[in-house]
Amino acid sequence: MNDKTLNQKGWLFVLPVVVLVAFNAVIPLMTVVNYSVQETFGDNLFFFEGVKWFQEVLHSERFHAALLRQLTFTGIILLIEIPLGVIIALAMPRKGFWVSVCLVLMALPLLIPWNVVGAMWNIFALPDIGLLGKTLNSLGLDYNFTRQPFSAWATLIAMDVWHWTSLVVLLAYAGLSSIPDAYYQAAKIDGASNWAVFRYIQLPKMNRVLTIAILLRFMDSFNIYTEPFVLTGGGPGNATTLLSIDLVKVALGQFDLGPAAAMSLIYFLIILLLSWIFYTVMSPKEGS
Amino acid sequence: MSRITLDNLRHSYMPEPQADEDWALKRLNIEWDDGGAYALLGPSGCGKTTLLNIISGLLRPSEGRVLFEDTDVTDMPTGQRNIAQVFQFPVVYDTMSVRENLAFPLRNRGVGEDEIAARVREIAAMLDLDTMLDKRAAGLTADEKQKISLGRGLVRDDVNVIMFDEPLTVIDPHLKWQLRSKLKELHQRIRRTMIYVTHDQTEALTFADKVVVMHDGQVVQIGTPVELFERPQHTFVGHFIGSPGMNVLPCTLAGGRAVFANTPVAVQNLPDKVPAARRIEIGIRPEFVHFADEGIPARIVKVSDAGRYRVIEAESENTRIHMLLDEDKPIPAENIHLGFTPGQARLYADGWLMEEVNR
Repeated sequence: MNDKTLNQKGWLFVLPVVVLVAFNAVIPLMTVVNYSVQETFGDNLFFFEGVKWFQEVLHSERFHAALLRQLTFTGIILLIEIPLGVIIALAMPRKGFWVSVCLVLMALPLLIPWNVVGAMWNIFALPDIGLLGKTLNSLGLDYNFTRQPFSAWATLIAMDVWHWTSLVVLLAYAGLSSIPDAYYQAAKIDGASNWAVFRYIQLPKMNRVLTIAILLRFMDSFNIYTEPFVLTGGGPGNATTLLSIDLVKVALGQFDLGPAAAMSLIYFLIILLLSWIFYTVMSPKEGS
Repeated sequence: MSRITLDNLRHSYMPEPQADEDWALKRLNIEWDDGGAYALLGPSGCGKTTLLNIISGLLRPSEGRVLFEDTDVTDMPTGQRNIAQVFQFPVVYDTMSVRENLAFPLRNRGVGEDEIAARVREIAAMLDLDTMLDKRAAGLTADEKQKISLGRGLVRDDVNVIMFDEPLTVIDPHLKWQLRSKLKELHQRIRRTMIYVTHDQTEALTFADKVVVMHDGQVVQIGTPVELFERPQHTFVGHFIGSPGMNVLPCTLAGGRAVFANTPVAVQNLPDKVPAARRIEIGIRPEFVHFADEGIPARIVKVSDAGRYRVIEAESENTRIHMLLDEDKPIPAENIHLGFTPGQARLYADGWLMEEVNR
């Protein structure tokens, strides 16, 4: 009775997925691992270099600067998008005609291709002809995102907030909608204030979806490439050169495959590590 | 603590109710004494939750008033009514400990910490929650959570009424009985007004001193469990309460007698003149049906064993008649006739019990 039935044919059913994953994840990743330990020359010459590129990347000031910019960017957009998303979700109507209107409006930015978002904001923010840029300048503010690092950062963050807050709103709204009416009724009976309702009912019930929202926003923003590439191209100078932009410069600009591969792997491990930390810290604990 | 009066109450979910069936709750007048244990009993959709929401203030009635003692609270918001409610699905504040849950209603009302601690201790002991005060409420079982819900109502000593909305729905069967007797015990101890909404007759009859039976948005009878059993005011009550429910047999009135299956039946409340009602029926509980040498001819359709007695389903004139028979009594093989215990058969006109006439 205790013996498990051995059925090796079962593997055949898993095979398609294994092949698929191998081709889109494992093989490319292993190619990167392969590059990361070798020096490449023309004529397809490869020399084994061990961990040299990893050491080089980890000690490179350029990498440190890009990583710092990346962490700052992700930190800022998480601090803005998560609370803002929750506030908007709380303010949205729960029933009636306006629910669908709000949901559609919220979904719109998510439906726009990323490079289009970048192009839109690029034109929108142009200091001489863009609606945003021109308005700001005519209000007496000195704004030029192609020349001033601060303006570039502000524009980049505004663009990301515009593009992605909706995702947080939709997730938080889903969490709120799942709270049964009885909880609100019980809170009324218990004489709870609006803040107490938020703190002890809405926030705990949104916990799971907010964990997902934070993880998604963390990973996506840490990987962000298209929008800043189209908007600023990493400039002015290196002011908005985030990790992915720097990586593409190293890999495809300079064609330093070894260092770029090492950098990719370190980049990947950082995301993995931070995601794991986020998840462990935030996932709800049962019991006391 | 106070008497609760529902005065000419009516409610409809439609903006302009016209016909009778537009009313989710038809006109009713109820008075509930301070400290009583009441049950609202009826099938799903009969209007009992509507009524409950009106009392708690979650719903404003279309017409009529709700009075707590002599204060009109019809327009008073829930928070100010000083009521407590236990919902069908347990409502606890997941992130708080049991202690914090119990203290929550007091904290919100600005009660001092010393008094809170004392009240929480007292209520926790009453509900057998004292060993788990520091546990997180999220990890508890459904019955423990329901006790916390109840505890949040009990910690306030000024609540006018504690309401229960089918509180045992999600409780395991073997714990239902325990929690039910706990409730009864609590009521006897603290003597607060309690209103218990349920569709389960056992829960209603064991808990309440007085049961309000509702059907189609209407109160069909208010009475003690014994009254509901012995003198149902409506065939619905007779059918809904009792297991199996009261037999309802269509009959005719001829020559000053009630006649079913060409057999005259002695009834308790034969009217002086033939009523104008469209539908005349005899109501008789299965407990008062027995085999007889002569009477209503019938044939047996089904016999089911219910332990100490058997439930026998007989048929006469295309009408099912249930009866109870002790397990040691034999079932006649053929030529079966049924008789009714004198004084237990009653006439109903269009569903309602006809007035008794003293003869």
